[in-house]
Amino acid sequence: MPASPCVVPDSISRPYSVHEVDCRVKTHDWVNGEYRRLVLSAPRSVLDCEPGQFFHLLCPQMEGLQPYLRRPMSIYSYDRIRGELSFLYKVAGTGTGTLARLQPGEHLNIVGPLGRGFEIRREWRRPLLVARGVGLATLAPLAGECARLGRQLTAVCSARSPDLVMSTDLFRFFGAEVITVTDAEDNSDVKSLTLLIEGLIRTRGIDAFFTCGSARLLRMLQEIGARHGIGGQVAVEQHMACGIGMCQACVRTFLRDGSTFNLRVCREGPVFDLHEVL
Amino acid sequence: MADLRTMIGSLTLKNPIMPASGTFSEELAEVFDLDCLGAHVTKTITRGKRSGNPVPRVCEVNGAMLNSIGIPSKGAPWFLQNTLPFYRDYEAPLVISISANTADEFARFAEEVSVPGVAAIEVNISCPNIEDDGKAFAMKPGATGDVVRRMRSATHLPLWAKLSPNTGEVVEVALAAEEAGADALVTANTMLAMAIDSRTGRARLGNIMGGLSGPALKPITLRMTYQCARAVSIPVIGCGGISTVDDVIEYLVAGAHAVQVGTATFISPSTMPRLVRELDEALDSRGLPSVDALIGTVDVTNEAVAVAEMRDGCHAAR
Ligand SMILES: Cc1cc2nc3c(=O)[nH]c(=O)nc-3n(C[C@H](O)[C@H](O)[C@H](O)COP(=O)(O)OP(=O)(O)OC[C@H]3O[C@@H](n4cnc5c(N)ncnc54)[C@H](O)[C@@H]3O)c2cc1C
Ligand SMILES: Cc1cc2nc3c(=O)[nH]c(=O)nc-3n(C[C@H](O)[C@H](O)[C@H](O)COP(=O)(O)O)c2cc1C
Ligand code: FES
Repeated sequence: MPASPCVVPDSISRPYSVHEVDCRVKTHDWVNGEYRRLVLSAPRSVLDCEPGQFFHLLCPQMEGLQPYLRRPMSIYSYDRIRGELSFLYKVAGTGTGTLARLQPGEHLNIVGPLGRGFEIRREWRRPLLVARGVGLATLAPLAGECARLGRQLTAVCSARSPDLVMSTDLFRFFGAEVITVTDAEDNSDVKSLTLLIEGLIRTRGIDAFFTCGSARLLRMLQEIGARHGIGGQVAVEQHMACGIGMCQACVRTFLRDGSTFNLRVCREGPVFDLHEVL
Repeated sequence: MADLRTMIGSLTLKNPIMPASGTFSEELAEVFDLDCLGAHVTKTITRGKRSGNPVPRVCEVNGAMLNSIGIPSKGAPWFLQNTLPFYRDYEAPLVISISANTADEFARFAEEVSVPGVAAIEVNISCPNIEDDGKAFAMKPGATGDVVRRMRSATHLPLWAKLSPNTGEVVEVALAAEEAGADALVTANTMLAMAIDSRTGRARLGNIMGGLSGPALKPITLRMTYQCARAVSIPVIGCGGISTVDDVIEYLVAGAHAVQVGTATFISPSTMPRLVRELDEALDSRGLPSVDALIGTVDVTNEAVAVAEMRDGCHAAR
């Protein structure tokens, strides 16, 4: 089915809501063997942000002229009072590789906040967060928001091995019931997870799903959601160039009211309706 | 404060800095006041709806990027109803970029978009992503002349022909566009290119090939600007790899009357307002009264000297 061009109208928000700023690195530490947390000292202007939004980072150019393009990174935490913004990331290639070499005191140029974040609908009282790997980075601030709004939260955190499970303390701090599953323990496959989640729907009355990152988890939640009439949201990824909606590099195909169309992940997303993502 | 104004045919721009098609949209108004620009140039539109190319549509290479966006378009009616009104609030002239499959379609489309609020039409005859293997109209003087001539008789708006760095007949294409009635040339679009992931052996763009843009493109498009400015008497607008004020100055010196900034806006969305400010400062610090004082001032005496030396060398060898 060919995708027709984007048909969703899109309004330009109040002027100068997106900023390009140089931020000083406060701390930059390993969280475990694979993930690093980068904490920046950020001006108030960029901290009018929300969970699910992202920033576009100009990773330092170290190897010749590489990296050239910016790298999208979800907000892991933001603190308006302390003037802090942080990211949790995994070194994947050139850009995150040079990012990892940033030292406290050095500066990083960032553009944002960008995109549309999560929306916790009024009727979603008992949400379930399902995250794997670095997807946790995106869902962590959502957990905070759920806590603030008094939602009863459950989080399923999946990883390759127990030492790579992250942010469980943070989720617990936000009052979440945390369940960890790992490949090493053989309980993170789709079949086991489906059983687990269908159990949680019965016992904890789960009424919304939030997830991000993994296509496998997305499909699974779409199927469970379809069976039980449960909606939710997902944060998706796509290769980007501009990050602010100009270039159309980041489109993905979505299904709404029976027809498909392309939307920009950086602009209409990165958070989308769980059941609209193809 | 130097005089930053520049003339592109009948249009006076308040400064020579404007965006390149496909790298600019309404969203940039969230970053800075778009009225600081000399003009606004829209993403290329087509008459009918198009969905563009498969992803990934972009990748980076050393000092440049490749794109195979194609021309996703919501179609002319959507554009006229939804995009055009946005730009009415601005003083900067609006240039709309259009593409079509035949000279005839180009002409009909030009007529359709010749509406109040549109100051000029940029004729995208050079997109390497829309036709098979980049075979665009701007590869050949004949096809270029055809398109521009048909459009000329269909609209009174100024026509800017956007040329391609993929042709070996740069000057011939430029002359054909001028002769057919173009009011300005834009040099240039992206250069057809390719990138492969050495690890997996896979092409890095979903569409296999795409257009190269960014700093690595500049020497080529600067050369084209120089060639075209020498050959034609209509203004030339330089485009390709501009990210610093020195890049802007090089294009002006090569003979451009204005410049378009593309990929640099992706790297730093505030590039264009910075360039306007820095151009003003650069002219002041050189004691130049205006942008005009720079245009076409390239010093090519080196060329003459080198040729003379070579001749002498040949004599000596004989
Ligand atoms: C909205 C959004 C939020 C994200 N949040 C996080 C996060 O919080 N933590 C984290 O670790 N990662 C996150 N990612 C993924 C992160 O952007 C990529 O891991 C990163 O761009 C890889 O760059 P690289 O140069 O290290 O890898 P390379 O493989 O060398 O990158 C090559 C090119 O591909 C692009 N690319 C590669 N993988 C991805 C990807 N998954 N998504 C988009 N572009 C990609 C790069 O941006 C770059 O242009 C997010 C992606 C998006 C789109
Ligand atoms: C993502 C992207 C999309 C583009 N889309 C168009 C387009 O629709 N029409 C067009 O004439 N040129 C298009 N271009 C080419 C630019 O307008 C410009 O000619 C080229 O990128 C060289 O300038 P730069 O090096 O400053 O980017 C596009 C370029 C990029 C990078
Ligand atoms: S990255 Fe340019 S439109 Fe999304």
